[in-house]
Amino acid sequence: MSNPRPSNPPEPPMKGTIVVRHNRAEVEGIQNALDAAMSAAGFTKASLFAVRLAFQEAIANAFNHGHKTLPHDTPATVEYLVTPHEVVIAIEDQGPGFQSETVADCTLDENLEIPRGRGVMLIRNYMTDVRYNAKGNRIEMSYRRPPAAS
Amino acid sequence: MPSADSRLRVRKQDAVVQVEFIDRNILDEANIQLISDEISRLIDQEAAPKLLISFANVDHLSSAALGALITINNKVRNKSGQLRLASIDPQIYEVFVITRLNKLFQIHESPEDALKSFA
Repeated sequence: MSNPRPSNPPEPPMKGTIVVRHNRAEVEGIQNALDAAMSAAGFTKASLFAVRLAFQEAIANAFNHGHKTLPHDTPATVEYLVTPHEVVIAIEDQGPGFQSETVADCTLDENLEIPRGRGVMLIRNYMTDVRYNAKGNRIEMSYRRPPAAS
Repeated sequence: MPSADSRLRVRKQDAVVQVEFIDRNILDEANIQLISDEISRLIDQEAAPKLLISFANVDHLSSAALGALITINNKVRNKSGQLRLASIDPQIYEVFVITRLNKLFQIHESPEDALKSFA
């Protein structure tokens, strides 16, 4: 007896606004939602890698730097939108903000052995567009689907 | 000796301490700290450590993991030891290239190649 043809799996939410605390399970929950939405939208493994890296760096910056002097359970807000052409993620923390241009260039020879300060640079490399608000406590980043290889 | 909740597989062969990660994703700061502490203890046990870290199982890592590797490299060098990295997935290798850390670390295709490179 053949199995009945399965119905199409439910579409993952393609957009959302989620309040997240500095908690591995909550961050992974958002990561998994993003992965599922991107897969459903037809993005490649390389695109998932890029967005995963940028998201992890940005959320780590929000908690480790933005909330450095705030109580550990202070939440940040993540907004995301996934379309077939683009992924847009905004992360806002409740910290005092920072100016991204003040981060030292980690690729200079004299900075290569400094263990920190690579997150912002990786985000800029892997995402198509990265913007901060004037206060510096909100990052908005987008990833546009690369043109198909000819 | 790795503990029961170790995030690493460790073995020693021909005076080289070989380390493999159990986790596919090395992203979480708390987990990275545990891994870093465990490798630091391995370095402490050696007079002039020869350390080979294999990334064979690793799909993702974060800048915090890169930072931990730099700290490990500094500790090994302070003891006149040698550190080699091996089996890095091409997507992750690109992260090393973007950050220019491929210039800081000695990276080999395979553990076998890395083992041959120790002085």
